[in-house]
Amino acid sequence: MSAVSPDTPAMLTTADGAPLKVSFDRALRRSRLKALALVLPLFAFLLITFLVPIGDMLLRSVENQLVGNVLHRTVKALDHWDQGSGELPDEEAFAALVADFQEGRENRTIGRVGVRLNYESGGMSSLFRKTGRRAKRITEAPFREAMIKLDKRWGNLDVWRLIKRESDAYTASYYLSAVDMRFIADGSIARQDENRQIYVRLFGRTLWLSLVITVLCLLLGYPISYLMATLPVRTSNLLMIMVLLPFWTSLLVRTTCWIALLQQQGVINDLLVWVGIIGEDNRLAMIHNRTGTIIAMTHILLPFMVLPLYSVMKTIPPSYLRAARSLGANPFTAFVRVYMPNTVAGVGAGSILVFIIAIGYYITPALVGGTSGTLISNFIAHHMQVSLNWGLAAALGALLLAAVLALYVLYDKIVGIDNMKLG
Amino acid sequence: MTAAGGSEAFVRFADVQKSYDGETLVVKSLNLDIERGEFLTMLGPSGSGKTTCLMMLAGFETATFGEIFLDGRPINNVAPHRRDIGMVFQNYALFPHMTVHENLAFPLEVRKLGKAEVEERVARALDMVELAGFGGRRPAQLSGGQQQRVAVARALVFEPKLVLMDEPLGALDKQLREQMQFEIRHIHERLGVTVVYVTHDQSEALTMSNRIAVFNDGVIQQLSTPEGLYERPENAFVAQFIGENNRLVGAVSERHGDTCAVTTVEGEVVKALAVSCGTTGEPTTLSLRPERVTVAPEPGSCPNVFDAVVEELIYLGDHVRSRLRLLGNDEFIVKVPNSGLIRPMRVGETVQVGWSAEDCRALDSPSTAPVFD
Repeated sequence: MSAVSPDTPAMLTTADGAPLKVSFDRALRRSRLKALALVLPLFAFLLITFLVPIGDMLLRSVENQLVGNVLHRTVKALDHWDQGSGELPDEEAFAALVADFQEGRENRTIGRVGVRLNYESGGMSSLFRKTGRRAKRITEAPFREAMIKLDKRWGNLDVWRLIKRESDAYTASYYLSAVDMRFIADGSIARQDENRQIYVRLFGRTLWLSLVITVLCLLLGYPISYLMATLPVRTSNLLMIMVLLPFWTSLLVRTTCWIALLQQQGVINDLLVWVGIIGEDNRLAMIHNRTGTIIAMTHILLPFMVLPLYSVMKTIPPSYLRAARSLGANPFTAFVRVYMPNTVAGVGAGSILVFIIAIGYYITPALVGGTSGTLISNFIAHHMQVSLNWGLAAALGALLLAAVLALYVLYDKIVGIDNMKLG
Repeated sequence: MTAAGGSEAFVRFADVQKSYDGETLVVKSLNLDIERGEFLTMLGPSGSGKTTCLMMLAGFETATFGEIFLDGRPINNVAPHRRDIGMVFQNYALFPHMTVHENLAFPLEVRKLGKAEVEERVARALDMVELAGFGGRRPAQLSGGQQQRVAVARALVFEPKLVLMDEPLGALDKQLREQMQFEIRHIHERLGVTVVYVTHDQSEALTMSNRIAVFNDGVIQQLSTPEGLYERPENAFVAQFIGENNRLVGAVSERHGDTCAVTTVEGEVVKALAVSCGTTGEPTTLSLRPERVTVAPEPGSCPNVFDAVVEELIYLGDHVRSRLRLLGNDEFIVKVPNSGLIRPMRVGETVQVGWSAEDCRALDSPSTAPVFD
């Protein structure tokens, strides 16, 4: 027996005298290590291919090292410049600028600064290219006059303010652009010009189209899921194969088929003209616009609605409907009051799945969306591949991610994530 | 009872047949009258057609042929929700998204009853099953027995003419099942509602019913009171299915009105009551209840006395269950009461057993009777 005095709680020990807790941990360690070894490959994979890129993207959306790095002398010289004074920076700053330009020209980085500043204010790219080409000729003071002579925009206070503002290592300007705002010259925030406001509208369109697609998927998927859950296994398996068939076909093939079907000289228009429902000269525009995006994406995302719905409906015993009927409810009342409330988990899971996939969908809107049917993801891709404004692309992506997470939280608040059944 | 329209019977199955695949009949020409206020049980092994009959009565299956009458009215073309039949399902089928109160109010609300009346009737139904105060709970928060009571209350709350119960106690443990058997019986007695009950548990059927219809192979084998079924089975299937039973096979060698003599395979002659055996020379099954066999009878007290070898003894407290070998049957069971008067038997010894001719019923040929273990 233990030699502990009666007023202190006795510490439990195993037969060899080791504290129970230690022995217990030791006994569990092996199985813990085994479990860890099993998840390690997947964890490493996710870390490298998922978490790190997302972190990198989030960093890129605020990162702003370029200006400070390339124009390091200028930025330093601008430290004590009061941009509210209404006067140009002093000679020292201009000298530093010339030195930075000469160095940037050498290692070919100055053009990138121009491109970067051009996002904030038009014409900066051409100013930097021009100055870059000629700055090496400026070798002696006074640098200020020489620079202003080279291009009179160097005498403009706003250019200097812009350089000073963008010299911070982090910037909110990408996020501002992503919501159609910008810094104006004095450093305050204002809305973008009317004709340059695109992203807010795009976000709105993306959310709206995703909602429409989700509702369509629900309307189309609910009856078929109900059929599959209630029909005999053989028939329901056949239906299931038909639902899953799109999964097994290449996305491009399916999308191309929709183009062949829906285009103005396509199968459906030909048929409608042939039957006489529409005239030869009012063929319907069903593709390369919003309608095309909705039709093709509904088709592609339908299985994501059907599968969770089916898996939930499968667990609802047919006796519920029978009980409701025997209690005096007509078929419609029985369905609405007894069956449908029991499918909420499936409806929620399917809807959130479809909505979240739709909100970030890229390939289909790119192929069939035209101009009115493109979504925010197409613009992200554009900034990644064409305009090379990765910061803006990252900011748009981060906003999209935030929207999805917000939806997720909202869903958890209203329906509860625990109630979600995906299969 | 006349066949025209079913004026007396409350529920009448008239020549009802049912086939699911168009090739085999699940229910073969069923004729059954159920009286008003009766508690009738359909008893039978699975696949015997009893649940199909219940589903046809509820309206969830349609009869392939024949007509079902409820209160004199043919109901083949009446939709389930217009039949006004309460039903208790095998797994209760309580609506999980509704509280107990909402479950009970459901049949009243779809009947568009006033709010006050709904409240009053729900309260009364909850009182009836002793669950007052549980109205706010969800079915998942109740025990099995409580769910069962809610299901019964829900089937009765709209005061239907007829209540159907499809193996309602199957999911409960033994003790609770026996308790619920009494509760359901008491509710039936108090309300006087007609109940059609389906089960495969013979003791449940014997406990609860006014009459039992024993189903096998789509046919009612016997329709009788619990006592009648046990005491006077009319064929080998019923004898075997209800209660414990010793079977002896043989052929009729002599027949005098109600009694007959049956010669077993081993050549011994047993005197029996002729129930559904054939004429002289035809094979027959003798049915004998284990508790009707006397060990070491007084000489001359039994017409049938035979030597038996004790094969096995199981001590069960109030009686000793003995397995004997006699007349070529080594599964012959005798229940010996533990009265202290009879000398204990030992395995391997030979004892005399006897029984009266009335307790030994000569039934139909063994070839038609399925064997149950």
